[in-house]
Amino acid sequence: MEETRRSALAEALSADDVRRALAEQDYLADQGLATAVFLALRMGRPLFCEGDAGVGKTSVAAAIADALNAPLIRLQCYEGIDAAQALYDWDFPRQLLHLRAAEAAGLHDAEALEAGLYDRRFLLARPLLAALEADPCVLLVDEVDRADDEFEAFLLEVLSEFTVTVPELGTIRADRPPVVVLTSNRTREVHDALKRRCLYHWLDHPTVEREVAIIKRRLPGVSDRLAADVAAAVAVLRGGDLLKPPGVAESIDWASALRTLGADHLDSLAAEATLGVVLKYREDLDRVRANGLEVLAGVTSESG
Amino acid sequence: MTDPVEDLVAFGRRLRAAGVPASPDRIQAFASAVAMLDPLVTEDVYWAGRLTLCADPDDIARFDLVFTSWVYGHDPRYRLVGEVAGTTRRDRVLADVGGETDDKSDEAGSGDDRPIGLAASDVELLRHRDYPQLSSAERAEVRRLIALLDPVGPPRASRRYHPARRGLLDAHRTVRAMLARGGEPAGLRRRARGIKPRRLVFLVDVSGSMTAYSDALLRVAHAAVRRRPSTEVFTMGTRLTRVTRELRYRDPDHALVAAGRAVPDWSGGTRLGEQLKAFCDRWGQRGTARGALVVLASDGWERGDAGVLGAQMARLRRLAHRVVWVNPHVAKPGFAPATAGLRAALPHVDDFLAGHDLAAYEQLAKVLSGTVPQATRKPLDSPVAQGADRVAGASGGGAGGGNDA
Repeated sequence: MEETRRSALAEALSADDVRRALAEQDYLADQGLATAVFLALRMGRPLFCEGDAGVGKTSVAAAIADALNAPLIRLQCYEGIDAAQALYDWDFPRQLLHLRAAEAAGLHDAEALEAGLYDRRFLLARPLLAALEADPCVLLVDEVDRADDEFEAFLLEVLSEFTVTVPELGTIRADRPPVVVLTSNRTREVHDALKRRCLYHWLDHPTVEREVAIIKRRLPGVSDRLAADVAAAVAVLRGGDLLKPPGVAESIDWASALRTLGADHLDSLAAEATLGVVLKYREDLDRVRANGLEVLAGVTSESG
Repeated sequence: MTDPVEDLVAFGRRLRAAGVPASPDRIQAFASAVAMLDPLVTEDVYWAGRLTLCADPDDIARFDLVFTSWVYGHDPRYRLVGEVAGTTRRDRVLADVGGETDDKSDEAGSGDDRPIGLAASDVELLRHRDYPQLSSAERAEVRRLIALLDPVGPPRASRRYHPARRGLLDAHRTVRAMLARGGEPAGLRRRARGIKPRRLVFLVDVSGSMTAYSDALLRVAHAAVRRRPSTEVFTMGTRLTRVTRELRYRDPDHALVAAGRAVPDWSGGTRLGEQLKAFCDRWGQRGTARGALVVLASDGWERGDAGVLGAQMARLRRLAHRVVWVNPHVAKPGFAPATAGLRAALPHVDDFLAGHDLAAYEQLAKVLSGTVPQATRKPLDSPVAQGADRVAGASGGGAGGGNDA
């Protein structure tokens, strides 16, 4: 069972195979994303995902990992992240302890002591090194735009060679490069040199039909009517002039909140009670309320 | 039948002409991606190209246009959007391909089969800019500007730690030092946060009324991009265009020509508030303007609703560390911020500067470098600062026109 699932994505022969394998993990990818994942797997290139918050950039990495039956190793980027937090670090306290213990035991073979000090067991593998050593695995470099330029240059080096050189130990090489997914929210422009090594995919909000399917897939208890209502209302919100248009994550949350309240469709009363789930800015809330919540509720009832 | 690789290379050349950075290694990746998919299926070729050749959402719109004309020839009845791509077009980008434009409200699958050329240009005056070559005196001026822009600039605390004499305990280096001495206690090592220059963001109005000045302002922006690579530059007219990438060229002539080619709305009208909103939505709020020093170069002649401009300026100021408005008309005798746009915007501006000659740009460079004390709200003792006062006074109900120079 596990083995067949694993081979579905690893041995995908077309983008459609990828789409089916991801759908098994409850991730409904469109043609573009399926092609992107397919090419990333086949070409061995990192996949660089950009898009608005909540369109499923991070969860695609999780879905790939599940479909490959491989661990997901996540590196969350932030400003000031450095090699000691991303790559490896020596476990200094344990090294000191080792030194003291050796002394106490009366060991005086200086050479053996020194060699023992920089042993692999004192090396703490951070996400990048861990990803090189685990095979297979999916490496998720999340929000790479939050890291600074210095880290980007360093990441570029690791991602192009898939080797890490620890001066005291030697070079650690990945037998098979991990599947790498990078995500960015575009808080700043990521350097072109990094993007050039990757497949670039811009994730858009899904179409209404796909969103209905996603909601129903993620929340099996939600009625068809409610899923359709929520997807249609969210589409209306995205078309409006909002500071933060809701993403897929918000529509799933919204449907879940409405279900919890026992609603089987979306009316203006239910919308009023749960609007804070989809809209997180006061300005947006005010604007939508001013336009009238009937606009949200009435979308699907008109079309049938 | 032509050689498929030759075909792909020719396609890459057209993409580069349209402003997509389709470098040879990307073309190579494109070719191998196509080989892994079905080269006879248009959709597969589309995605192979889009995934390997684009690097930016703006590129995608350009790519779509070039791809459509590559696949379907120049028959304008074919539109890729909705047919193959099924993507929502969020960016208003105009590529050089056939001069077609992309309507802002263009949604996927709208079934719209209008000829592409008519999409938006009937309401906008679009033209590219021709640049004369710089004279040697102007080149010298550019070099001076670059030299003036101190890369250190107004600082902010970096999140990156550096070894320091005083500060937090640096456990790492302390223990490493102990290890070097065989575990004997060593002196404590310390670390502290470094400082980083703040990001500069230029928003340059390229509308008709700014024609005489926008070149020079873009040159300042170019100097800033050269000096501080994190700088972002946008032009505003009837659309918002990001020209940072074009201004990265080292040569000022080359950079400005590239920017001129990228900007479709030179000397058109201004919808300042709307463009500012586009900036805040697509860039500013995501992080580009956060904690940055934003320079807005415009005369404030707003064709749209001044209320929108005021609201967006307030929003921009909440995001940015400091908002500097550069107005070339300030130095004119008898200048008063009379336009509705300026009146709405000025309460949300930290510095209001002139931008009409080299001296004014030097002053701007000083503000950008943080060499002017930032606490003062009157960086120039010319009519400039008084203009700001006057507006502040007028909005508070006081009489305008006080002359306290």
